Amino acid sequence: MFFLKILFRNAFRNKLRTCLTILGMTIAILAFGLLRTFINAWYAGVEASSATRLVTRNAVSIVFPLPISYKDKISQIDGVKLVSHGTWFAGVYIDEKNFFPNFAIEPKTYLELYPEFVLPPDQKEAFLKDRKGFVAGRKLISRFGWKIGDIVTLKGLIFFGNWDFVLRGIYRGKDETTDETQFFFHWDYLNEGLKKRGHTWADQVGFYMIGVTQPEVATKVSLAIDDQFKNSLAETLTETEKAFQQGFIAMSGAIFTAIQIVSFVVIIIIMAVVANTMSMTTRERIGEYAILKTLGFRGVHIAGLIFGESLVITMMGCLLGILLLFPAAKIFRAELGNYFPVFNVERETLFFNLVASSVVAFVAAILPTRRAIQIRIADGLRRIG
Amino acid sequence: MAIPLSYNFRNLWTRRLTTVLTIGGMALVVFVFASTLMLAEGLQKTLVETGSYDNVVFLRKGAASEVVSGVSRDQASVLETLPEIAYGPKGQKLLAKEAVVLIALPKKGSGQPSNVILRGIEEDSLLLRPQVKLMKGRLPRMGSSEVIVGSSIARGFKGVEMDEMLHWAMRDWRVVGIFDAGTSGFSSEIWGDVDQFMQAFRRPGYSSVIFRLSDPSEFQNMKSRVESDPRLTLEAKRETKYYAEQSQMMAKFLRILGMSLTIIFSLGAIIGAMITMYSSVANRIAEIGTLRALGFRRRDILIAFLLESLLLGFLGGLSGLLFASLMQFITISTVNFQTFSELAFRFTLSFEIVYKAMVFSLIMGFVGGLLPALRASRMVIVEALRAS
Repeated sequence: MFFLKILFRNAFRNKLRTCLTILGMTIAILAFGLLRTFINAWYAGVEASSATRLVTRNAVSIVFPLPISYKDKISQIDGVKLVSHGTWFAGVYIDEKNFFPNFAIEPKTYLELYPEFVLPPDQKEAFLKDRKGFVAGRKLISRFGWKIGDIVTLKGLIFFGNWDFVLRGIYRGKDETTDETQFFFHWDYLNEGLKKRGHTWADQVGFYMIGVTQPEVATKVSLAIDDQFKNSLAETLTETEKAFQQGFIAMSGAIFTAIQIVSFVVIIIIMAVVANTMSMTTRERIGEYAILKTLGFRGVHIAGLIFGESLVITMMGCLLGILLLFPAAKIFRAELGNYFPVFNVERETLFFNLVASSVVAFVAAILPTRRAIQIRIADGLRRIG
Repeated sequence: MAIPLSYNFRNLWTRRLTTVLTIGGMALVVFVFASTLMLAEGLQKTLVETGSYDNVVFLRKGAASEVVSGVSRDQASVLETLPEIAYGPKGQKLLAKEAVVLIALPKKGSGQPSNVILRGIEEDSLLLRPQVKLMKGRLPRMGSSEVIVGSSIARGFKGVEMDEMLHWAMRDWRVVGIFDAGTSGFSSEIWGDVDQFMQAFRRPGYSSVIFRLSDPSEFQNMKSRVESDPRLTLEAKRETKYYAEQSQMMAKFLRILGMSLTIIFSLGAIIGAMITMYSSVANRIAEIGTLRALGFRRRDILIAFLLESLLLGFLGGLSGLLFASLMQFITISTVNFQTFSELAFRFTLSFEIVYKAMVFSLIMGFVGGLLPALRASRMVIVEALRAS
């Protein structure tokens, strides 16, 4: 207790400097926490994906379709429990800025495959019955203020023209990590429209979503599916939903890596600032350290004093930063919610923050401590602060 | 008389560790600031250089990129009859009907598949893109399953070396050449005969039509005529504008990201400078008193301390830029959100970025030094002299 008191007294001897350092530390921890949360948000799609779901798409690239006739063949494969299909619609609501993911799906099987989208039974019934109907996540609904029964028009970017939909249901996520900004409608409705126009995507789907009986057979099933369509017009590539999502992230990998590097740069910057403070502090107190040495305290004690003081400063900054992280994340969520449906501060981030501040405290104290320990008593006493 | 500058230099030298740490912090901030700007600059430069001003691209109305566009064969034939098209050396019209599809290829290193643009070309496509030069091998023979590969793709992807076979759309495609298109986006593409591609991918129409204008000033007339033609549901764009638009979203994303990071980081560095300057004032109270007693005025003291802090900022900016300039040797390859395909580009340092980074670092120095310098200049002589 006494030791702690000394550390605090020492730390606040120069109030202005310590307050500035703590402020710097707070900002750095805040920035580090936000960047980590940002990276987690990027990975949210991967985290939320299930191990029992497979995605089958055209092997050439995701922009090519697969024929609908594959569906029956896939359902015959051993280990497949349920097959659903869908197409990325790329519709725009009024303006391109209002981006949200929208899919044409086979509703009955799709909802069965995604138990995390919770829909009231009566709304589900209404959606299944209405071919022009759509369901959307809670967050998306509140963003545009739609009400059940409203007609919403999307402008198709790939499938040209205006498409009308009627809101039949609002889904909720089962837990916090579920994306509540998606928009689903009947694939049959899209297909009919495409047939009328003689579009090349008529009777074609963008992807198959496959539920397997148990996670262990996933690899076997995905190989069996790809074998089935080998050397056909549309060869398939089947992978788990997780790998599929990861592939998307890997595409913008370079930028993602840059953000990760930058999140460490901020720690190095603050390390320089704290080290600076500590070196100044010790320089001013060289005389005192000499006196301590004369009294019989050893290098270890002095090192303890300096490391402890450094730790006190960084920890105070860290705690302040963590306290501010939550409201800051809330603001980000409000601003960027359209792009990052899930933006939550995870416990892991807090842990990283604590580790980072301890590392900063130790690294910052190394050089000043060395100086303080190495100084000879006579030299130290002679020096005037 | 002003306090000599050597006073500031010597002071910084005396407190080497502190000085280096402060400069180091600032240098890192300037480094991040300059690198993100360089990234956005490189991306834009790559895509702007991809187009040439005299060329016109036709896409389906409302299509943001060639990948989602479609031009039917009869529409393309109508375009071929336009009088504004320039003539080539053999007397042919300089017009190319192209098809663009995306395929996934595994990247070197990670093995992760990434999307690559496959461009079906006609013979005149090369005349329309003078920046494209063959580095190795030969051009693909029209009517055969031969392709040439852009230099960035050859560097970054697996299985695209000379004479290797690529497999897609139930056919084998042989790599017969590697071309370089400088820093333009074509370096991130694979080219082959358009008719072969359309047949293999079963595409009924082209993706885009491109031609050179015989007189660039005719663009507006031609555009309004084509866009009001009921047979054509197409949009005409200058090639430069088309590619510049494709860089907008990414460049904006990079800039916003860079700006917000830098602002947060600079707060840290400013605080670092402030701490250094405050302590350098506190340590020299008696010295300041002496200077004042010698006849230096408050203004001189203020200027001397501000100069010292600006010097810190200047050195920080300089070393940050030095490291950032090394980044120019790095080529980054990532997926452009707008076209959904891989694009390689370099960190590009422009004079504007150097200028911005230096101004920024001086501002950091100035803001960090202002309050401490004010404190130094406001000291009362007698009290300052009395301080030990």
